[in-house]
Amino acid sequence: MVLLSIQNSTLAIAAALTGIGLVALALWLAGLISPRSFNPQKGEAYECGIPTRGESMAQFKVGYYLFAILFLMFDVECVFLFPWAVRVKALGGAGLISIAVFFIILVLGLVYAWRKGALEWK
Amino acid sequence: MFDFSLFTNWIHSFLSSFMPEWLTITTECVLIGVALLLTYALLALFYIYFERKVCAAFQCRLGPNRVGPMGLLQSFADMFKMLIKELISLNHTDKFLFALAPYLVILASMLAFAVLPWGNGLQIIDFNIGIFFLIAVSSIGVLGILLAGWSSNNKFTLIGALRSGAQMVSYELSIGLSVLTMVVFAGSMSVGDIVNAQDNLWFIFSGHIPAIIAFIIYLIAGTAETNRGPFDLPEAESELTAGYHTEYSGIHFGFFYLAEYLNLFIVSGVATLLFFGGWMPLHFPGWDGFNAIMNYIPGVVWFIGKAIVISFIIIWFKWTFPRLRIDQMLALEWKYLLPINLFNLVLMVLIVVYGIHL
Repeated sequence: MVLLSIQNSTLAIAAALTGIGLVALALWLAGLISPRSFNPQKGEAYECGIPTRGESMAQFKVGYYLFAILFLMFDVECVFLFPWAVRVKALGGAGLISIAVFFIILVLGLVYAWRKGALEWK
Repeated sequence: MFDFSLFTNWIHSFLSSFMPEWLTITTECVLIGVALLLTYALLALFYIYFERKVCAAFQCRLGPNRVGPMGLLQSFADMFKMLIKELISLNHTDKFLFALAPYLVILASMLAFAVLPWGNGLQIIDFNIGIFFLIAVSSIGVLGILLAGWSSNNKFTLIGALRSGAQMVSYELSIGLSVLTMVVFAGSMSVGDIVNAQDNLWFIFSGHIPAIIAFIIYLIAGTAETNRGPFDLPEAESELTAGYHTEYSGIHFGFFYLAEYLNLFIVSGVATLLFFGGWMPLHFPGWDGFNAIMNYIPGVVWFIGKAIVISFIIIWFKWTFPRLRIDQMLALEWKYLLPINLFNLVLMVLIVVYGIHL
């Protein structure tokens, strides 16, 4: 099924280099043909007409980080499920029971977060 | 069905007849890179035109119709316009991260793009963990978006980037779990194997009820993942001007634009691959005559056709539902989609292990 008799990892590197090449090529081309002009107002941050007040790279609402942590937890657990998912049929009932323990702990984690109110946007 | 590997093997034997092995591999990688680049750019341009025409049709407008026949050259004109715009350098940005962000966004979509199966033997990367690799690389895009918003040193971009980060990260979980459901059914993570397993019947038909639920969840999560439709609050134009790419100008903005449309294609392509048989023609067990006729249509046409139909549905969402608020968006994912998805996974496992038919 492989396109050519080349290692997959080589092809992945080739694809990554293609992506980087696309950006670099387009930036180079744009640098050649796009105009340049200087104006002190141009370098300011985009606003509704008045200068920006205060710091923009400031501390931010903690709710976003809470969801990031929840995601991290569930995604890592999801990654653990993938290898089992491939062999589900071969492992059969015994594999099912052992994964059920893991799965119930995962669901309990979600229930705990829900009860604690971590899923509410405040 | 025509096996494209006949052609690629011929190229390989032709090149290796007069070249040492390392040079053959380098030449082939360059050829693949050029093909990838051309497909990527042409598909993105087509998608921009396609979306504008579809949106126009939904709003009873004509859409682009001046440049070229039926406005077909409009997106080429747009591309050249972006190339000749000035790249403004701002005073207070983090210069390095500001320049790095477009690279990450394009890199993520290009790597995911290379995994898609285009036809029989026409697939670039076929890892045995293919679909997992696809999920892994497409999450690099979130990093690019967060960096873009943070490094611009602007309040609009910061809010847009954080919203986008929270949204993409949350819905990635749903994508991962619905993919997991289909991996349980297919028994393989390799893209080629998943497509071959749908030779008789596509998974949406053979996968019982859980496959249909997984498809609906995948469609919702995919729409959110591409920051489109009712989930476009990261770039809600009435409140945040353009979200995380407000400060980018010229071709810098073009990269985000390009990646956004390509991500739409990738999401539809993965839906095609998991539920609608990838490049596999429409086959029904027992209908031999019908199957034989369907085999005459090439795999590439099937793949792109199915992907475009799914993209059309995603664009349709945009004009059907009003934009969600951030608390509604997060509640939809964590309180509805995630529990349904976990339950759906259990159903699918029971079907696969015990052969229960729903």
